[in-house]
Amino acid sequence: MRQIDSDFLALPLRRLADAALQRARDLGAEHTDFRLERVRAETLSLYDARLEGAADADDLGYAVRVVKGGTWGFAAGIDLTPESAARVAEQAVRVAEVSAPINREPVELAPEPVHADVTWVSSYEIDPFEVPRGEKVALLADWSAGLLKGADHVSARLLQVKEQKFYADTAGTTTTQQRVRIHPHLNAMKASQSGFDDMSTIAPPVGRGYEYLTGEWWDWQGELAALPQLLEEKLAAPSVEAGDYDLVIDPSNLWLTIHESIGHATELDRALGYEAAYAGTSFATFDQIGELVYGSPLMNVTGDRTAEHGLATIGYDDEGVRAQSFDIVRDGILVGYQLDRRMARLKGFGRSNGCAFADSPGHTPIQRMANVSLQPAPGGPDTDALIAGVERGLFIVGDKSWSIDMQRYNFQFTGQRAYRISHGKLAGQVRDFAYQATTTDFWQSMEAVGGPQTYVLGGAFNCGKGQPGQVAPVSHGCPSALFRNVRILNTVQEGGK
Amino acid sequence: MTPQEMVERALELSTADGCVVLADERSTANLRFAGNTLTTNGVARSSRLTVISVAGQGVGVVSRAAVRPEQLADVVAAADAAAREARPAEDARELVSGVPASASWDEPVTPTGIDVFTGFAPALGEAFSAAESGGRKLYGFAEHTLTSTFLGSSTGLRLRHDQPTGRLELNAKSSDLKRSAWTGVATRDFSDVDVAALDGGLAQRLDWAKTRVDLPAGRYETLLPPAAVADLMIYMFWSAGARDALDGRSVFSKPGGGTRVGEQLAALPVTLSSDPAAEGVACSPFVTARSSGRESSVFDNGLPLSATDWIREGRLESLRQTRYSAELSGLPVTPAIDNLIMRGPGGGRSLEEMIASTRRGLLVTCLWYIREVDPQTLLLTGLTRDGVYLVEHGEVVGEVNNFRFNESPVDLLGRLSEVGPSSPTLPREWGDYFTRAVMPAIRVPDFNMSTVSQAS
Repeated sequence: MRQIDSDFLALPLRRLADAALQRARDLGAEHTDFRLERVRAETLSLYDARLEGAADADDLGYAVRVVKGGTWGFAAGIDLTPESAARVAEQAVRVAEVSAPINREPVELAPEPVHADVTWVSSYEIDPFEVPRGEKVALLADWSAGLLKGADHVSARLLQVKEQKFYADTAGTTTTQQRVRIHPHLNAMKASQSGFDDMSTIAPPVGRGYEYLTGEWWDWQGELAALPQLLEEKLAAPSVEAGDYDLVIDPSNLWLTIHESIGHATELDRALGYEAAYAGTSFATFDQIGELVYGSPLMNVTGDRTAEHGLATIGYDDEGVRAQSFDIVRDGILVGYQLDRRMARLKGFGRSNGCAFADSPGHTPIQRMANVSLQPAPGGPDTDALIAGVERGLFIVGDKSWSIDMQRYNFQFTGQRAYRISHGKLAGQVRDFAYQATTTDFWQSMEAVGGPQTYVLGGAFNCGKGQPGQVAPVSHGCPSALFRNVRILNTVQEGGK
Repeated sequence: MTPQEMVERALELSTADGCVVLADERSTANLRFAGNTLTTNGVARSSRLTVISVAGQGVGVVSRAAVRPEQLADVVAAADAAAREARPAEDARELVSGVPASASWDEPVTPTGIDVFTGFAPALGEAFSAAESGGRKLYGFAEHTLTSTFLGSSTGLRLRHDQPTGRLELNAKSSDLKRSAWTGVATRDFSDVDVAALDGGLAQRLDWAKTRVDLPAGRYETLLPPAAVADLMIYMFWSAGARDALDGRSVFSKPGGGTRVGEQLAALPVTLSSDPAAEGVACSPFVTARSSGRESSVFDNGLPLSATDWIREGRLESLRQTRYSAELSGLPVTPAIDNLIMRGPGGGRSLEEMIASTRRGLLVTCLWYIREVDPQTLLLTGLTRDGVYLVEHGEVVGEVNNFRFNESPVDLLGRLSEVGPSSPTLPREWGDYFTRAVMPAIRVPDFNMSTVSQAS
């Protein structure tokens, strides 16, 4: 079990918190929370096995959020002195006062048990920031050089983040947390007489340390060895014939469909309209909870912030709420939403399920996505068995392009590669495919769900939401699954060619 | 210690062959609202120091937030050490020199704060009241940011740029949330924002939407206003890197090798350009690069930027370049610039006049969730939102359902049938990243609406 870095603990965390909380209390705030964060990120970018760019940056600062007279006030600062922290608290109160005339919905927070002086560290072995940069670059260069034997150009990127947070509020909760995440990604590109195409690795980003690249957690050698041949086959593949197909979707592609069509659609702030001008709302409106037929009876979706190695996994959220696991869709019916404390109170949930997150010390916490995952069928089939059940279809692997409307109805996704399925067997790749559907039609067409042996935790570092814009890391677990009669586009024809 | 002092001290501390130091001071204030009430707000300040050390052909970059004076030596030492350990960088060039110092270098930073909304917030409150009584709900976001960037180098550069960036996004919905309209403005200080007038324009569009017309997917003659045009052109601009074009992996690659520079892309004489001194959308007049990449080089820091035509009279003129990629391509050094201006042949008709001259077509006010489907053609997919209207015989006759589109902005340039006069606009989708745009309304004879979206 890793410990929180001593240089973070050496910062004047409690002195700043005490100064800010006391000042806000003196100025009449009903609630105050203080959050100090240090987020370090390193990105290594290689092109054709040569280092092209290396960015090593951190973000350090703190935020004070108050509720005064029923109105939020938020301010953030960077000077690590109690005097400055008190001034930032004053600014937060001032922001609440300036904003009061345009606030018509008093803020109240759902209660949360006090978590006094608790710590939490994510599950990882090797801190990527303790690995010499040269060693990381050498490994990526070696992998790139291997791919270059079968590609014209290869790009490689390694994203590494360490996030440290200290939180304290006027109720008495104090949390100190640290988590690490990592995302290696390689892409091979090749040109032919028919144009160019590329293919990327499908290894997901994970809440692990550097051991993800060097250990047994992913078959890097196998994936990298296969990629050039897969790309060669893709370049030679026929263009897909547009029409309706049965789809078997690999977890490396399905996670993103879950993210867009379930994850975002079941954020209560969207359903209530708080994101209406920007990210949008949701077809899954609050009045339909317990009634909306989201998908087939095989569909069981959970939200959780507790899955080991999940990117949204944490001990306590940015409102001091302990991480939980909860149902979102049960037997195909919408049964839950992702919440923060304000919305939990507003809609009578009793307690938040712990989905508040801020991506930096300069941003206010908003409701962000838990690890929203489609559960496998106990004893369910493997991917080959799902494919065997298809007469005419496609098997889609890896995520690529994605887009969905502002109420999460209409989506369109592509993938890294698609194989034609003929009479229950794979029959070579096709190119230029995209699948397009309406969310509930798609999930209601899910006829079979793979077993636990097909389950993979996918995800992304950079889910965007909110204004000012914030990015959040999130994982989505899912098995392979079979969908009937989904519309497939030919993207070349779509482009008018 | 002031940011200028941090830059000077860091340059003194560096023992590398060369050094560039960037200090960014950022302050921001925002108000967010939904359903005629505030949802979140905030003020924040941040600072960042980026040290770029050069040892031989190697480079090391370390960027740290909220650096305290006593930490400066460690940050510089880390960058110096990274440079010495680094392999030779492909883009290594002599550091930029000989650029005159900015006249404002020594002036203090004046941060923005919540008081930038002192006049705006009450006006917004009045707009909430007007909307409430008019059966509308207002949603949106107001933000003001001031970023001061100081760039110093061991070659003597002392450059400064102060960038105010402000925007208001305003979305009005009918009380049943079934009709929706959006508008946005970019502003430098909120003194020029007339929220009541903006709300009035949205109210008119909600009235248009009282008549609903359902149309199927298909290709439609379509009018796109400046905000929607900006979203398409900005994505094309972001895709116009010279290195990707040279490597044969972009829409601007010439089959068989090289780039498409010199090729006629548009039949109409449209020009797409950037100019750091453009009135109302002024931006940094020199390169700032905090890491090297496909379209940026830390060695180019401080390089002066000047007006650049990307497309001139319909012909592809330039791609986004570093000094390194310019050598590879044999084309002029034309780095990216933080604004984008599209102009037609001149004398064009206003959007209202274009509507009046339309026999049957769609007026699509906003595009959303735009993503790349095929880099080879730059085929993009996305949605319409917050107002698609049917125009018949010169008049808006009702609101149409939303669509998913599949279109390439490059292909679309070749199919434009009309370009109106240009005006400053706020891109709907990319306004978080790119606020300085001047765009025309355009007419496309056959915009590809791929499928119907149920979203309203």
